[in-house]
Amino acid sequence: MIAPAKPDLVTVNIDGQEIAVPKGTNVIEAARLVNVDVPHYCYHPKLSVVGNCRMCLIEMGMPAVDPATKAPIMDPATGKQKINWIPRPQIGCGTNVSPGLHVKTTSPMVKDAREGVMEFLLINHPLDCPICDQAGECKLQEQATGYGRGYSRFVEQKNVKPKRTQLGPRVTLDDERCILCSRCIRFSKEIAQDDVLGFVDRGSYSTLTCYPGKKLENNYSLNTVDICPVGALTSTDFRFKMRVWFLKQTNAIDTESSVGANTLVWSREGTIYRITPRRNDEVNDTWLADSARVLYKAVKAADRLAATETIEVLVARAAALFKSTPGAIAVVGSARSTVEEQFFTRHLATALKASAQLVSRVGQGDKLLISADRNPNVRGALVTGLIKTLPAQQLTDLAAQIDAGKIKVVVAINEDLAAAGLTAAQLAKVSIVYLGAHANATSAAAKVVFPTLTVFEKSGTYVNQQFRIQKTLKAVPAAAGATDDLVVLAQLVAAAGGAALPAELGLLWKVIAAEVPALATMTFANLPETGLVLDATPYAALPFVEGETLHYKPAQPAVAAATA
Amino acid sequence: MNLKPETLSKIDEVITHYPTKRSATLPLLHLIQEDVGHLPPDTSEWVAAKLELQPINVLEVITFYPMFRQKPIGRRHIKVCRTLSCALLGGYKTCAAFEKEFHTHLGEVSPDGEVTVDFVECLASCGTAPVVMIDDELHEKVDCAKAKQLSDQIKAEAKKR
Ligand code: SF4
Ligand code: FES
Ligand code: FES
Repeated sequence: MIAPAKPDLVTVNIDGQEIAVPKGTNVIEAARLVNVDVPHYCYHPKLSVVGNCRMCLIEMGMPAVDPATKAPIMDPATGKQKINWIPRPQIGCGTNVSPGLHVKTTSPMVKDAREGVMEFLLINHPLDCPICDQAGECKLQEQATGYGRGYSRFVEQKNVKPKRTQLGPRVTLDDERCILCSRCIRFSKEIAQDDVLGFVDRGSYSTLTCYPGKKLENNYSLNTVDICPVGALTSTDFRFKMRVWFLKQTNAIDTESSVGANTLVWSREGTIYRITPRRNDEVNDTWLADSARVLYKAVKAADRLAATETIEVLVARAAALFKSTPGAIAVVGSARSTVEEQFFTRHLATALKASAQLVSRVGQGDKLLISADRNPNVRGALVTGLIKTLPAQQLTDLAAQIDAGKIKVVVAINEDLAAAGLTAAQLAKVSIVYLGAHANATSAAAKVVFPTLTVFEKSGTYVNQQFRIQKTLKAVPAAAGATDDLVVLAQLVAAAGGAALPAELGLLWKVIAAEVPALATMTFANLPETGLVLDATPYAALPFVEGETLHYKPAQPAVAAATA
Repeated sequence: MNLKPETLSKIDEVITHYPTKRSATLPLLHLIQEDVGHLPPDTSEWVAAKLELQPINVLEVITFYPMFRQKPIGRRHIKVCRTLSCALLGGYKTCAAFEKEFHTHLGEVSPDGEVTVDFVECLASCGTAPVVMIDDELHEKVDCAKAKQLSDQIKAEAKKR
């Protein structure tokens, strides 16, 4: 017998390669570890296993033992233990590894089985790839190429089913393309907890449908589009817009809450077409909220700010304001800024001898991928030392100081002061230097406005609720007339008499590593794609607002509740 | 959903027969169909609430079984067997005879409201083909003449009402 390498590992043999895998792994996942592809449709690593598509058929066998003595039976030809192969194919998704399991994925039986399954799946399939949005990322297309027989023997009439059902506000269904894998049904039931999808008229006319009178409209509905292995479920927003193979993929972070779900931004020639989830088993698994997928619309929004003067002129004007009112300057930073920007904000506040404050945003958590803290980077501000305590939702202190005439200049970075509780009169009483991407009451009242970038136009890092620092990368070039926040902040720091800081991330991270002990060993370049968890203990006493979400449990729910 | 008190008590009783409520889906649907004659549109929601399921779970079951009817049928249900033995011995003709007698088509309610004729799979009496079931009663060796006789009988009873 093959002895397991560790008690919780089992050694299996896949196409002749031995590998030790954890107990409970199925054959598809075990094969993945030795780079063997077991084609599959219904199996999804984050959903229950149902075994209904039969695409993952494999041949398997177990080492032979003598039934009476349990002694291994050796094969005299090879000198190894004989393998008893099961004479029928088995499904890989529903077969968990057991010690000594042998698997063949390339045998004639497996090839036959795959061809047979593909043939049946294609019988009623419309074969409309030329007009199908899924083309290029379709498992059916890929596996028909890889494992299909290449020509059709079907001479009968194909089934006709509904071609464009609106399942909900964001998802369109083409029932003819559906291969009845049930992934979307299981997702809705198991993850979104909104069990509205199902198969009716089971048999030759099985049809995926939403319960009559209900809609697939939960905030996770677009995940069904992601996991649909074919082009049956399509995003109403993205449908017919662009061929996926033309799109460039950029790793990014969802900034709508402190969960920090990992995303892929799909763009072409400076235009973003869609946002999809990027798998991170410690943060968002393979899921993403629908609301996170429309954030890119901010890039081309009608209210984008654009500069009418050069940045030098603007900086000079800000510098004049700084000089005219020493000691009466306040800095309002943002928990929506990146770690790097917050680091610069701290430098700016120090150089201006001003105190820095942030604005908190609190909403209802959805227990999945949107947390109660709607700022993506409160913890970044703590780690960089920009703030010591958690921010408040209203700038009450600042309002009082303005009223008392103690503050004459406010530098607002990415925050609308009016939304944070300052009145129009208070805004009029001070000189405002505003940095932001979009117009609002503050930019309208500001003396100096620096148009800056949306998250999709810049690179940087965010620290999520788990104190996981994660990287987001620039997907599209900066809009005309907008300048990178870091460039603006670096010049403002210099204008305020602070140290010269590099706006280029590689150089900047050397400075950050030197000044921020928690980030001392980090560089931007080698931050892993799945992020890096920082030490949270220094902040254990703070009353964070988040409740439980996927892969996150608040450390001290009692404290949070008491102070809420 | 307007069910008779007996049906309601049978429903509550039958739920207790199963370790999980979900398992009572089929018996409940049968009871409702017996009571109402078919499964009205709000069945899925009513059963789902009763069994702590979602309506789609029940609808999947209803649409799977041809014996669950989602539309009203005639006063009597004539089921003519269409499977091999019956087909060889004239089942198709028998079926056509019933359709003609009641001026109706398969699956529809006859204009007089008396019957619905269905062409169904094997009724497990292949030795006496062709066979027909009228409601719960089995009729054997039903050729066209016997079909006419059975139809006349139904019409006569209808007149008496
Ligand atoms: S719509 Fe897509 S995900 Fe849903 S059952 Fe059909 S093929 Fe599977
Ligand atoms: S993936 Fe195994 S049966 Fe579908
Ligand atoms: S074939 Fe008609 S009863 Fe069996």
